[in-house]
Amino acid sequence: MELLQLVISGVAMGCIYALIALGFVLIYKATEVVNFAQGDLMMLGAFVAFTFASIWQLPFALAVVFAILVLAAVGAVFDRLLLRPLIGQPPFSAVMVTIAAGFVARGVATMVPGWGTDTHALKAPWSEGVLRLGGVVIAHDDIAIIVLTALLCVLLYFFFRRTRIGIAMQASSQNQLAAYYMGIPVRRVHTLIWAIAAGIAAFAAVLLAPITFVHSNMGFIGIKAFPAAVVGGFGSIPGAIAGGLIIGLVEAFAGFYLPEGFKNVAAYVVVLLVLMIRPSGLFAEMRRKKV
Amino acid sequence: MRFILKTRYEQDLRLFRDGTVAGWYAVLALALLAAPFVLPEYYTTQLVFIFIWGIVGFGLMLLAGFTGQISLGHAAFLAIGAYAEAILQARGWPFFASAPIAIALSACAGVVIGLPALRLTGIYLAIATLAFGFIVEEVLARWESVTAGNSGMMVPPLRLFLEPLGSQTAFYFVCLVAIAGTALLVRNLLRSPTGRAFIAIRDSEISAQSMGVNLARYKTMSFGISAGITGLAGALYAHQIRFISPEQFTIFLSIEFLMMIVIGGMGSLHGAVLGAVFIVMLPELIAVAKDWLPQVIAEQTGLKGTIFGLCVILFVLFEPMGLYGRWVKVRTWFSLFPLYKAGLFKRQKSYQKSERLR
Amino acid sequence: MEGALLQVEQLSKSFGGLRAVDEVSFSVREGEVYTIIGPNGAGKTTIFNLVSLLFAPTAGRIIFRGEDLTRLAPDRVAGRGIGRTFQNIELFEHATVLQNLLIGRHARAQTSLLAELLFLPSVRRREVEHRRKVEEVIEFLDLQRYRDSMVGGLAYGVRKVVELARALCAEPTLLLLDEPSSGLNVEETDDMAFWIEDIRKELGMTVLMVEHDMSLVSRVSDRVLAVNQGRVLAEGTPAQVQSHPDVIAAYLGGATP
Repeated sequence: MELLQLVISGVAMGCIYALIALGFVLIYKATEVVNFAQGDLMMLGAFVAFTFASIWQLPFALAVVFAILVLAAVGAVFDRLLLRPLIGQPPFSAVMVTIAAGFVARGVATMVPGWGTDTHALKAPWSEGVLRLGGVVIAHDDIAIIVLTALLCVLLYFFFRRTRIGIAMQASSQNQLAAYYMGIPVRRVHTLIWAIAAGIAAFAAVLLAPITFVHSNMGFIGIKAFPAAVVGGFGSIPGAIAGGLIIGLVEAFAGFYLPEGFKNVAAYVVVLLVLMIRPSGLFAEMRRKKV
Repeated sequence: MRFILKTRYEQDLRLFRDGTVAGWYAVLALALLAAPFVLPEYYTTQLVFIFIWGIVGFGLMLLAGFTGQISLGHAAFLAIGAYAEAILQARGWPFFASAPIAIALSACAGVVIGLPALRLTGIYLAIATLAFGFIVEEVLARWESVTAGNSGMMVPPLRLFLEPLGSQTAFYFVCLVAIAGTALLVRNLLRSPTGRAFIAIRDSEISAQSMGVNLARYKTMSFGISAGITGLAGALYAHQIRFISPEQFTIFLSIEFLMMIVIGGMGSLHGAVLGAVFIVMLPELIAVAKDWLPQVIAEQTGLKGTIFGLCVILFVLFEPMGLYGRWVKVRTWFSLFPLYKAGLFKRQKSYQKSERLR
Repeated sequence: MEGALLQVEQLSKSFGGLRAVDEVSFSVREGEVYTIIGPNGAGKTTIFNLVSLLFAPTAGRIIFRGEDLTRLAPDRVAGRGIGRTFQNIELFEHATVLQNLLIGRHARAQTSLLAELLFLPSVRRREVEHRRKVEEVIEFLDLQRYRDSMVGGLAYGVRKVVELARALCAEPTLLLLDEPSSGLNVEETDDMAFWIEDIRKELGMTVLMVEHDMSLVSRVSDRVLAVNQGRVLAEGTPAQVQSHPDVIAAYLGGATP
């Protein structure tokens, strides 16, 4: 029975990693830029939701929707202002900008009145409840995370498979110049992807906040999502989800069965092992430079 | 405008381009030698930090700026050097024995992460180094019998031979020698075939191979040397701050190192030092600027991180060649006056073409 | 063939289900200029990449100067005396022309980490020697003006020449030129033709090249190999191959696979 609880909490945490990893991969697939600020976007999303829900006392659902929209706007503006000028430069420049943006986001979050360096609570309507099935106790938070993540994934699947955006997205990442010539508004596609990825970060934030509370270092989890994205293969959306779940489960089991401290590094040991066997992750993207 | 007439190939190999440049460096050397006797101790300490971070900058610049291997785990090498030095000096080893061990251990760690890194590129390599950094941090925290874990370790004052150094001034000179020596070694490497092999790997692995460069050998070498250099900085760092604990050597420090060399100017040794100057001067400048800023902003603890991040963003957007690049442009403007053209340093735009097949 | 510098036997390469090179055999005599021609997608560059061992062949053998090189690692090829240029120019963009050429000499450079860290006199002497050799190549190809320019900022035609120069710096016995005239205008192609002839006559190198420009091919080549869809169509002098019915059909369409 304990095993089942372990699995569920592992899967729940894995879903959070998966959502953040999903954000990475979306942006990477579209722009070849690795967004090191994804975790910090999530942190901002949590704070925004907190502001709407607790400070302004809006109903929870409304607060969440607004948070997602606000973050989508933030993501879009970020791309438009800071990353668009870097099109045509090597991806490393854009990566450095995202890294720096994370620093700025963390710093700014501590300076906003009402946010600061404190830890705030953000409870969902379903929090504080538990489900008892047989002998197993499952927190509502965990269920919500798993179910809502699954729903989001289905939604995204249809969005990318059934719309031209998905194809445009892939084209612009594979050969920017050719995509331009084909009439794909590459820069607008980028901005849209950033908006979507930031929105997903806000979504993840709302799911995570009841468990970890809202504070300016919340985005640290975003760093752990990197191994998740890499394990699955950085260019693969299902890989991101699979990677997240794997890391979540490994962490849960490491925390329970292994001595103290292993839980913290479990994700990193896993990613090193996976990379040694498959240098491009499990659902490896194939890379070959044509000369 | 100054033209340098070269009559022999050896002139291109020299450390200093010509007498004038050598002269300026001599002036710098004299200034640095005189500094501890002229400036208050506070500034001497700041210079020591510049030297230490400068050495780290050399190490990371060699790996990331010259060989093109991005490392997000360099704080781990700093930590290994620091702990090795602390442990050995606590046992009475002199610096001339403990420092080489610290360097060697860090270099080995560099090779250890370099080997699996051979098959990795780009983000995969970066995450592998990140993972490595975390693991080292955790190991240092858990291996309490050796490192005293999370409670940290006191570090005795630097012992060159048997007697501890008497003063901060003596330590300053040790650091000055260290950075000068490191600069010389790295400079030598870069004007030799090995240094050129690094650059080849950075710019085009495929044609580097066709020219006979063994990727495995040189990548591993670059990791090892870079890590060893950072280990030396770690050893000095340990003595400077007198107390080390695992939580000082986080991923955030690694990222700060990377941001430091980006601001300084990727691909140049001068950039490493300028980045170190920047990272040490930043809190000073903020402290000065605090008088001018509104109360609300000035009080905040998050200010340093925010400004650091903003500076990186501004540099990447507007001055990608970094501080050194800006210096070169200013110098060129003066030397070419009034014939300086705005497009002299224009970057080539290259449209992104993914190497992914799926 | 007796005394051949390079002998390629039944060379094959498959990428998954696609057979890019199908049992291609040919040999190159010392001192000749041997050209491979064929329509786009015929597998010419793949053959090149196999001979320079950038890819490992699926089947077949590559014998150079009597030695079987088939299983050799890509970075050991330069040391054996095979140099190459790349179709799409693979120069070291963030380095000067001089540095690119000096890297080109890497196969001839003895490196010792310790000596280089200390920049011992032996290292210095070797550096001067390398520089001397590189200057000979610069002189040969008239690159003096561009010596200290960053490669990334140079015009396409100049970069092609730098690419050639870099390959020459290793003093190869066999020089592989991948479409040396692609992207060059008429004057530049003319220069290239002269240089290929000079390379053969003055430097005594053997040249294996892939080329589309038929006038260049006829002008400099001793023998030509025509391939299509990974297979050999014809071999002979430029005139013979160009009038071969299979070759004509392959270029104009209607060839039986």
